[in-house]
Amino acid sequence: MIFDFSDYGQLLPLVSNSLIAAALLGLMGGLVGVFVMNRDSSFAVHGISELSFAGAAIALLIGVDVVLGSIFGSLIAAALIGVLGARAKDRNSIIAVLMPFGLGLGILALSLYEGRASNKFGLLTGQIIAVDQPALVWLAGISIFVILVLALIWRPLQFASLDPDVARARGVATGPLGFAFLILLGLAVAASVQVVGALLVLSLLVTPAAAALRVTSSPKLAPVLSVAFALTSAVGGILLAIGGGLPVSPYITTVSFLIYLVCRGIAMAKNSAARASVSKAVAQ
Amino acid sequence: MANDASRLRLPAGQPVLSIQAATFGYDERPLWSNLNLDVAQGEFIAIIGSNGSGKTSLLRAILGQEQLTSGQILLAGKPVHHGSRRIGYIPQARNVDAHTPLLARDLLTMGLAGHRYGLPFTSRQDRARVEHILGCIDGHELAKLPVGQLSGGQLQRFRVGQAVIDEPDLILADEPLSALDLAQQRTLADLIDQERKDHSAAVLFVTHDVNPVLGMVDRVLYLANGSFKIGTPDEVLRSEVLSELYGTPVDVVRNQGRVVVLGAHGADHEHHAHEEWH
Repeated sequence: MIFDFSDYGQLLPLVSNSLIAAALLGLMGGLVGVFVMNRDSSFAVHGISELSFAGAAIALLIGVDVVLGSIFGSLIAAALIGVLGARAKDRNSIIAVLMPFGLGLGILALSLYEGRASNKFGLLTGQIIAVDQPALVWLAGISIFVILVLALIWRPLQFASLDPDVARARGVATGPLGFAFLILLGLAVAASVQVVGALLVLSLLVTPAAAALRVTSSPKLAPVLSVAFALTSAVGGILLAIGGGLPVSPYITTVSFLIYLVCRGIAMAKNSAARASVSKAVAQ
Repeated sequence: MANDASRLRLPAGQPVLSIQAATFGYDERPLWSNLNLDVAQGEFIAIIGSNGSGKTSLLRAILGQEQLTSGQILLAGKPVHHGSRRIGYIPQARNVDAHTPLLARDLLTMGLAGHRYGLPFTSRQDRARVEHILGCIDGHELAKLPVGQLSGGQLQRFRVGQAVIDEPDLILADEPLSALDLAQQRTLADLIDQERKDHSAAVLFVTHDVNPVLGMVDRVLYLANGSFKIGTPDEVLRSEVLSELYGTPVDVVRNQGRVVVLGAHGADHEHHAHEEWH
């Protein structure tokens, strides 16, 4: 049976930490995701998450806090992409070079690790049901920091991301802003890896924003929708997982993907309606 | 508008831009050397030259994005390092991705406030300014369209609005008319001309074809062959001057208010066709 909600009321308090974590991730992921889309950096998210995984795996092996290891790996990846990939053309190849290296390093560390096997698997595919108090404090700290800094640089970062030539001419520090965003992205990835796992980070940092941009071109509405979609995926995924008994990640990724499909459908319907009204006007 | 100290008007008589003994080039081969040019407030200067003559490099040097080999460029008396809010910049017309999350109106808002830190909330004063510029560029109806849905001419109208909305001292236009039809070219050139008259902003206008702006140009900077000529259109757009500049016989013909440059090989060329020669 995939769903069984009979003892739902008793299970809910047990996952309150996870729900708070999911809400924080949804808020942060939805906002950061808008700039991931604006700056065309989906691939960077994937690259950073693999190095974040490597950092976490190495931390697990040598007995250091896994969150710290994950942040460390993320920030190194973000900094490398920022420094070596300053030119857009170089960026993707830098990421493609870093990614397998990070993944390999992580797998090596995990194979040497002799502790609980579920710890290993969790780093790749998520372990949100197991979010404990210290992990939640980390997550909350990172999310609040990322959201505050993002709010502070929002407007010039938006200018630099969407209209870079004019922004640069107007004296906006496009280079430093881009680097700052990569650092924020690194932190957001590190926090997300703890919960949804390295392989599924994209479902919170890219999919919701990509879905939002299918249905709106308004720079004010896009982040609102993106956050709403990310929250629905993360929190909704957990609520479904409680009744389902399967790991939480597939629920989150599936909800997130379904929202994206619906948004694409809406966009297609809108387009064909617009085309129909144009051809009608031409015919008359 | 909310002008801070750095945005105070220039004293009367001070040049907006002062290019002093500027030389620029790669590997010992200067694109132009010993260029001296003081641009007065409200002056309209067309920069003409073939591809590779260093027009765009000149704009980038003014913006502080390229280093001169020697000499210096001062904007309002000071060198520019990384762009400036005294400058309004109009890029070349190019296609915008259909999914870019910007409405046409947002281009204007960013031109006015995009450099400010914080969340993108606008004051009533800012919104009034955006409304005013929308009126100037006849953009009220287009304001709510996604940028990706604007035609080339419509987009460039918003580009002009974006460049002038913060009342810059200098407007740099990098071939803003390319890919537009003649009527659109005229509309756009008139818009820029109107703005510089209203706010005495100086204009540096890079173009292949001088004709759309011929009526408004005060001086022409003609770049070719690693050299240049500066003067009024009547002084520069003459057969003997351009022949000397190019080092080949060139005929300049004026016909019904248009300038047509005829190459040495006899074929008729519009003014912009000279880029085939070098």
